[in-house]
Amino acid sequence: MHMAQIIVVTSGKGGVGKTTSSAAIATGLALKGHKTVVVDFDIGLRNLDLIMGCERRVVYDFVNVINGEANLNQTLIKDKRTSNLYILPASQTRDKDALTKEGVGRVLDELRKEFEYIICDSPAGIETGAMMALYFADIAIVTTNPEVSSVRDSDRILGMLQSKSKRAEDGLEPVKEFLLLTRYSPTRVATGEMLSVADVEEILAIPLLGVIPESQAVLKASNSGIPVIVDQESDAGQAYSDSVARLLGEDVAMRFVTEEKKGFLKRIFGS
Amino acid sequence: MSLLDYFKTKKTPSTAVTAKERLQIIVAHQRGERDVPDYFPAMKQEIIEVIRKYVQIDSDQVTVQLDQNDDHLSVLELNVTLPEK
Repeated sequence: MHMAQIIVVTSGKGGVGKTTSSAAIATGLALKGHKTVVVDFDIGLRNLDLIMGCERRVVYDFVNVINGEANLNQTLIKDKRTSNLYILPASQTRDKDALTKEGVGRVLDELRKEFEYIICDSPAGIETGAMMALYFADIAIVTTNPEVSSVRDSDRILGMLQSKSKRAEDGLEPVKEFLLLTRYSPTRVATGEMLSVADVEEILAIPLLGVIPESQAVLKASNSGIPVIVDQESDAGQAYSDSVARLLGEDVAMRFVTEEKKGFLKRIFGS
Repeated sequence: MSLLDYFKTKKTPSTAVTAKERLQIIVAHQRGERDVPDYFPAMKQEIIEVIRKYVQIDSDQVTVQLDQNDDHLSVLELNVTLPEK
């Protein structure tokens, strides 16, 4: 019998790449043969469906399941590209009380029976949706941009994980926290305009899961509704694959963290 | 970075260094507040108001800090700077 792992992808700050990362990591785990479901906790502002490219197949949603208006089999969307992968979309209702600890816990317990990995895509902020997404987590992937407000908010979220999660409340082993640094630009780090991986690691003091370079592939992927990890030609896609491998305990060297070598003319005249 | 940029930009200190220093301070402050109980801010405010009944002080002249020494002992430290007579 397997032990399902609940993984929250969180950040505090919005726009840092939680949904992009949730979609990529869930797809990556499924590509590695693990039965995975990715759950959108952003009630009222559903977007994971768009990033996963299944927006036209949404019939029921997370809140319908909590309220008993639909069952999980009717609601889960099977990914068309990747086997072992399912999506549980958020609802578009604006009722912020739609998520309750009891209701979310019940749905997650049911998912636990079916899946090896349950990826919870947290909304931004520290309101109900975000707290519910992290409450049941075994593992937290703290998505952070190398930028002051994002790093500060990530630290706030780490505080919440350590005091407001179920594991903290029950006095169990703490939630395993990992740093995922996104939108990283080695060139700007080299010129001293951007916090380095080492800087952010030092401030947040949690183990590094991966560094995703700022990449045109991410917009291309979201435009097409294909998780960027599927694009294995791209730097971001490869960086997500590495991160998934590390999540599974593999020892993989960091890539895309140093400036790529430029030709002589580019060095003099810039790019 | 090009060679031309090198001459243009190296004179000012790097903003990443400033960012890191600012973050280290604010994060340390945030962590100090992380473990305080929920009633703490309200209690602090009331303590300040009690003192104000007797002495005119600003709220920044009072520091209230809760230190967890070990599992069984917490120390509430109250530091008030009284104005000169």
